[in-house]
Amino acid sequence: MTEMISTQSRPAGEAGRNYSGSLLEVDNLLVEFHTRQGVAKAVNGVTYSVDAGETLAVLGESGSGKSVTAQTIMGILDMPPGRITGGEIRFRGVDLLKLPEAERRKIRGAGISMIFQDALSALNPVFPVGWQIGEMFRVHRGTSRAEAKKKAIELMDKVRIPAAKQRVNDYPHQFSGGMRQRIMIAMAIALDPEILIADEPTTALDVTVQAQIMELLAELQRESNMGLILITHDLGVVADVADKIAVMYGGRIVEHASVHELYANPAHPYAKGLLESIPRVDQKGQELYAIKGTPPNLLRMPSGCAFHPRCPYRRDNCVTDVPPLYEVDGSRRSACHYWREVLDGTAG
Amino acid sequence: MAPQGDVVLEVRDLVKHFPLTQGVVVKRQVGAIKAVDGVNFELRRGETLGIVGESGCGKSTLAKLLMALERPTSGSVKINGQDMSKLRGKELKAMRRNIQMVMQDPYTSLNPRMTVGDIIGEPYEIHSEVAPKGDRRKKVQELLEVVGLDPDHINRYPHQFSGGQRQRIGIARGLALRPDIIVCDEPVSALDVSIQAQVINLLERLQNEFNLSYIFIAHDLSVVRHISDRVAVMYLGKIVELGRDNEIYDGPTHPYTQALLSAVPVPNPEERDSRERIVLAGDPPSPANPPSGCRFRTRCWKAQDICAEEEPLLQIRPGSAHPSACHFAEAHDVVHAAG
Repeated sequence: MTEMISTQSRPAGEAGRNYSGSLLEVDNLLVEFHTRQGVAKAVNGVTYSVDAGETLAVLGESGSGKSVTAQTIMGILDMPPGRITGGEIRFRGVDLLKLPEAERRKIRGAGISMIFQDALSALNPVFPVGWQIGEMFRVHRGTSRAEAKKKAIELMDKVRIPAAKQRVNDYPHQFSGGMRQRIMIAMAIALDPEILIADEPTTALDVTVQAQIMELLAELQRESNMGLILITHDLGVVADVADKIAVMYGGRIVEHASVHELYANPAHPYAKGLLESIPRVDQKGQELYAIKGTPPNLLRMPSGCAFHPRCPYRRDNCVTDVPPLYEVDGSRRSACHYWREVLDGTAG
Repeated sequence: MAPQGDVVLEVRDLVKHFPLTQGVVVKRQVGAIKAVDGVNFELRRGETLGIVGESGCGKSTLAKLLMALERPTSGSVKINGQDMSKLRGKELKAMRRNIQMVMQDPYTSLNPRMTVGDIIGEPYEIHSEVAPKGDRRKKVQELLEVVGLDPDHINRYPHQFSGGQRQRIGIARGLALRPDIIVCDEPVSALDVSIQAQVINLLERLQNEFNLSYIFIAHDLSVVRHISDRVAVMYLGKIVELGRDNEIYDGPTHPYTQALLSAVPVPNPEERDSRERIVLAGDPPSPANPPSGCRFRTRCWKAQDICAEEEPLLQIRPGSAHPSACHFAEAHDVVHAAG
């Protein structure tokens, strides 16, 4: 059935078929939220890219802007209160932000699709799951109901839902958490997208189910060579699946590196602090390393580097100068004035 | 490492079945959810017992039974030798002083209309013999200082604090009555990663300072290992393996424990390909209708006929020093397995 879909035209790819850059590029994206208390710069100049078959992990805490960036890529950001004030999101070289809504709809689902953390609230409780999966074909491809249902069953088989034929008319509440997440994945991959954004796909699941879902995602990615953007705060999941990592803090990317580089030797004090605060076996009975202080409030961002109030490497200019994303080597970047010292491990 | 203090908590054959009923006017019992089904353990002074397991395995029901928020169907919970499940009224209220709880979500477990001083001081209203009225404000300020908050913030409301600070308020409330035991139900899972280590350090410091015993319920196995002296693994209402932290983590003997440990992602990309992975098929069965014999047999790769016929008891098995509820228990280090 994969063949059937992929032989069909890909409206998403039409415009930039011969584009030689990355499949998806987010370039200096700026997103603000206008609230009664003031303006929150949720995404403050984020740049990253994903190629086919590649897995980018976006790592960050709540409020770091990782989900808002994803929603902006998908075009599902609530506006207002949100507002995109700058930057580009290029899919095959075409800036999605400049496309009319009708064009974007064609890309949503077929070019880029997304799965969410909480499958129960993302699925519609009053329609059978087969109907919801089939909707992808009916809406985007004009498939007949009977045909759409057949395809829904095939997809449910593909994401390994047992007895798909019998369960196609069941409602979301009749499935377990892991099965619901599989149904969302089935919907997301229905039109064979080139990019899949997974926003905390396993946070609400148990570890053994998490292992099943991550394995399924990896397998689907191998089969169709999708680019995967994995949004998470779990350092373990990232280490298991990612090729490269963008660490976000306070609406910015603070470190961008390959997964092996980052875990071996982080170049930003925040990434370093996160890695050091993981409990290790040989630290039993000792105090854990803890990053002091709390994540910043987006309405009252610290001056200069947003991490400076919590940073052990802080100097005077960190309070006044916003650090650019320094080039460490190759594609590796760090937004720390003192990244050399962080790499060497000499605490400031 | 394991403390040899006196036993403060003793749980024997603890069972909690929630009845399933049918009918609108005349309710008939048609079955039962066997949430906790025969649990035994003890906890010594100054010790931490970690409880791990997946959702639906009965960890939170167990916490409620320990707190006497639910009455057990059978079995006993003895705190300092006294059976909580037999006490009523005044005596029960007095016993509750000895066991307190820290909740998972610091956003919903603090009343938004009460000041921090009122929240932490509320246990003194209920157990007025602990602190005379005039003393309370001073005591609350001491507690704030103990958990690392500014005592001057006593009149602030919960929304003025961050998640980590709120969890500190919850911990201060748990400490107010100077209990022997604190039940921590997922105390850090709702917090940002950079804050979790702070709260774990605080819990450990308080344990040393006040010689507290912890029941530490969590699904993050690395955190459980860090803080626990012993670990109990639960599956469908039963403890399937119980041992010191290094026994459970380095030489688990129950297949479920092995699967659970192998499913936990290790934050080291270099081990990605060398790690052994056991991916369990399917979901846990319903606790209303657990499989006969061993409850794990439906998902177990070692299952034989005997597993369906005879329930394996939690006991010491040959080749291992800690109890395991598997007929074919065999130590197998999944975390450090290479190639």
